[in-house]
Amino acid sequence: MHHQTIAELVTGLRNKAFSSTELTQHYLARILTLDSQFNSYITISEEQALADAKKADERLAKGNAGDLCGIPIAHKDLFCTKGIRTSCASKMLDNFIPPYSATIVENCANAGAVTLGKTNMDEFAMGSSNESSFYGPTKNPWNTDCVPGGSSGGSAAAVAAQLAVAATGSDTGGSIRQPASFCGLTGLKPSYGRVSRWGMVAYASSLDQAGPITHTAEDAAIMMNTMASFDSKDSTSVNKSVPDYTKTLNDSLNGLRIGIPDEYFQEGLDQEVATLIQAALAEYKKLGATLHSVSLPHTHLAVPAYYVIAPAEASTNLSRFDGVRYGHRCDNPRDVIDLYKRSREQGFGEEVKHRILIGTYALSVGYYDAYYRKAQQVRRLIKQDFIEAFKSVDVIAGPVTPTPAFSLGAKTKDPVSMYLEDIYTLPTNLAGLCGISIPCGMSGNKPVGLQLTGHYFDEARLLNVAHQFQQHTDHHTKTAPVNSLTKPLILSNT
Amino acid sequence: MEWETVIGLEVHVQLATKSKIFSGASTRFGAEPNTQACAIDLAMPGTLPVANEKAFRYAVMFGLATHAEIGQRSVFERKNYFYPDLPKGYQTTQLDEPIVGPGSVEIVLDDGTTKSIRIHHAHLEEDAGKSLHEDFHGMSGIDLNRAGTPLIEIVSEPDMSNAQEAVAYAKKLHSIVTSLGICDGEMSQGSMRFDVNISVRMKGEEALGTRTETKNLNSFKFMEEAIALEVERQIDILEAGGVITQETRLYNGDTKTARSMRSKEDANDYRYFPCPDLLPVILDDDYIDSIRAQLPELPDARQQRFISEYQLSEYDAAILSDNTQTAIFFEQAVVICQDAKLTANWIMGELSARLNAEEKNITDSPISPEQLANLIERIKDNTISSKMAKEVFNALWQREDKYGSVDAIIKAKGLKQVSDSSALEAMVDEVIANNEAQINNYRNATPDKRPKMLGYFVGQIMKASKGQANPKIINEILLKKLNQLINNT
Amino acid sequence: MKHDDINKLAHLARINISKDTIEDVTQSINNILTLVDQLQQVDTKGVLPMSHPLETPQPLRVDEVTEENCSKALQHNAPATENGLFLVPKVID
Repeated sequence: MHHQTIAELVTGLRNKAFSSTELTQHYLARILTLDSQFNSYITISEEQALADAKKADERLAKGNAGDLCGIPIAHKDLFCTKGIRTSCASKMLDNFIPPYSATIVENCANAGAVTLGKTNMDEFAMGSSNESSFYGPTKNPWNTDCVPGGSSGGSAAAVAAQLAVAATGSDTGGSIRQPASFCGLTGLKPSYGRVSRWGMVAYASSLDQAGPITHTAEDAAIMMNTMASFDSKDSTSVNKSVPDYTKTLNDSLNGLRIGIPDEYFQEGLDQEVATLIQAALAEYKKLGATLHSVSLPHTHLAVPAYYVIAPAEASTNLSRFDGVRYGHRCDNPRDVIDLYKRSREQGFGEEVKHRILIGTYALSVGYYDAYYRKAQQVRRLIKQDFIEAFKSVDVIAGPVTPTPAFSLGAKTKDPVSMYLEDIYTLPTNLAGLCGISIPCGMSGNKPVGLQLTGHYFDEARLLNVAHQFQQHTDHHTKTAPVNSLTKPLILSNT
Repeated sequence: MEWETVIGLEVHVQLATKSKIFSGASTRFGAEPNTQACAIDLAMPGTLPVANEKAFRYAVMFGLATHAEIGQRSVFERKNYFYPDLPKGYQTTQLDEPIVGPGSVEIVLDDGTTKSIRIHHAHLEEDAGKSLHEDFHGMSGIDLNRAGTPLIEIVSEPDMSNAQEAVAYAKKLHSIVTSLGICDGEMSQGSMRFDVNISVRMKGEEALGTRTETKNLNSFKFMEEAIALEVERQIDILEAGGVITQETRLYNGDTKTARSMRSKEDANDYRYFPCPDLLPVILDDDYIDSIRAQLPELPDARQQRFISEYQLSEYDAAILSDNTQTAIFFEQAVVICQDAKLTANWIMGELSARLNAEEKNITDSPISPEQLANLIERIKDNTISSKMAKEVFNALWQREDKYGSVDAIIKAKGLKQVSDSSALEAMVDEVIANNEAQINNYRNATPDKRPKMLGYFVGQIMKASKGQANPKIINEILLKKLNQLINNT
Repeated sequence: MKHDDINKLAHLARINISKDTIEDVTQSINNILTLVDQLQQVDTKGVLPMSHPLETPQPLRVDEVTEENCSKALQHNAPATENGLFLVPKVID
């Protein structure tokens, strides 16, 4: 069952080939026996999952099933789940059980989805390797010596290892697309405002956007039909009707204009990655698309601009973690300042502290103009690059990352080298556009992703372009070499 | 040396919205701790603010009432600092693009002249919670019910030069916001709070002296006291050759002392930046015009109307128009009794005295405008004397008659004054017959002395009638009869 | 940046930095600053700062009370409460 896509499982459930309870039990058993290799889950919500499945089976029997009815999925651990711990992979929230759910969690539940659990991530979504998690790093199912990418690394690993058919993620600077690329999956970052941010613990409010990580573009379209919504509880959610993303998947690509930014193919891009991207572009030509060179001249400034803006917003978004109303509190605080300082020292990991300090600096008196304001101006230049490019092309194609998945520990000593990994994904977030990563081949035993960037609210086209590629290639059907038969069945002792 | 004082005020006004500025929690005062603090107010992870339209409407009303420019584009910023009553670790406020731009209000000084006080701007922001310092095993308790209550902070220019002006300005703002209905004006509940910036300089000096800020004064009286105290302190320091430290101070109204605030000691770097959860708010001309069209009457306009419509003196009109509720009470009574002067006298006299004595607002008056009007009607139609009216007023105040009817009280107390002329004529005749000596004196007196002598007879008649005779009618009858007596001889 | 600068910044951000880690933190912050200092090379004269991807006005909410009292559920995660209040070390104004 775990080899199937959402689309296939939906058919199986409706045809009563299996029940949601059977499906859920199957996935839970896989998680309990296999996840110790990957550490992709922080919390397994077994009880909730079985209750969800039971309800889904009743709805299926009555014939009033929603789009995701009975489908077992996982949520990144920064989406609040009522009654289920939501930790953001931080000691700070190790014991935090929200009394409310994120809008996307509710949307999925209303569509009948089964919540298997909460996936591992970089602490507060700050990282590109999943190594900053308080609960230990997640490992890449394709090669357990490698990182799965981040910050939605747990979600990507869980789907790649077939420990969930799909998972939610969040993307602030590439956190859906990069792990999807490292794990051979499809990952969509919607346009800013397409998916509600309510209940998603904020990292950088003007950049964060939730999206799906799936095996196929078709599954991503199905997930988006449920995840996307206008939400009056999020005043940055855009009141625009949500199209049926599955309807346009099969539109022809004849005449599609694909822009190729010169700046994405310069020094630093791995040769094998470049070759695979070129091959994918050749495939698109066969499908009737035309390729056009475009220029995004401010690309090289995306990393420095992002590492001012995101930490600046994060530094104040994370001020609420003060040990007063929830979260970690130090022992025996002498006074209020001591309470804050030691609770935050103990509750936050190194990377989070660094970003808070950088953000505090960028906003402080005397530095605001040189850093924060300057970064905002550069942000506009980056956006204008895209607006200009989209005057002559429909989508922009390029690599997701300069290299395939790197080894665990390879970049932890030098965070700046890790930051540079996000060079191709950050501009999308800074501009607020949508982007998708789809598998386009293997570099040795490591998957490589192709990134497609779309205009504002052009998710339907991105999914169509991705789906058509997948109709004519088989990169997305390759699965990570997880062999359950060779592993002893160890039931979790929790 | 002669010193002059320079005062600027920052006034926090709680807006009378039902729900908070960024959440749907109630703003009702006096609830149990934290029962009106929802997930957003507590800054729970993942929660987001959505701004309340009414807060903007109210802020625009204030701007229009103070002749200010309205910020058609206003932007919320985050003011970052850590404090236990500030759940997010930042206050959502406005800085560079506030909702209300420069404006002004007029105040009346003691000598009757007016002075214009400039308002630099007014901005929307959220209130913080409260720290309760009762002892919880050496800990403080945090109540976040107030967190997120909408405020406008009205920042004046340093245009006031003494405590009286500052109080007049504060009272004027109070009168404006309550007239607009955008604030309940309940000072004791913290609905209006004042931060006072004070500096002194030598007379004739151009540059401002170093200022201090005395924070969180919640009554006019405390404000006046705090200013006097601080001005004296600063002058003492300067005259002793010292320098003023720029600092935040706290005034204690119970002990009449002030001290520096320790918590504000380290100079804060608030790291303001535009709140990424809240986009700029754009208000178009139609929106602002529609608010302008519905703006209620303001105290200044009302005073002018009271003068022209009711022929009240400037003084009476000012007092009656200043507070909307008083103005409403006055007009409701006048409509019934049709006597503005008498109504004004009763409201400003007996009613105010009783309300003040019991620290009541006019809205809590046990006597309704209808009852006061009925009372005035009975005075006018001679049913009761002014003296009796006070007795009826007392009875109404004590709610002696459960129906609260003026007539019922008059009847029950047997207060009706005797105005029946045949009965009164008989009484007058009797007094004339029994006071032959006094009548003779009256007759022999020169006409200019006679009016003074009349009092004796009136007194006798009142005594005979047990105080119920109508003195006005008695006067008429007595004069007529005495004249007849004199002319007949 | 030197240790002192980092300590001042950390105080502003209310994060304690222990003596053992201050050197590492200082080095990391300086590395990041070197990266972001690339921004200084760009001429951005006349460019309007972009604080948000949505350059549209904010929708406003109708003034209605929509939240019920759920203080019990909301205090479930609190480290210390008493009589419905969140407890903190004594606050000195």
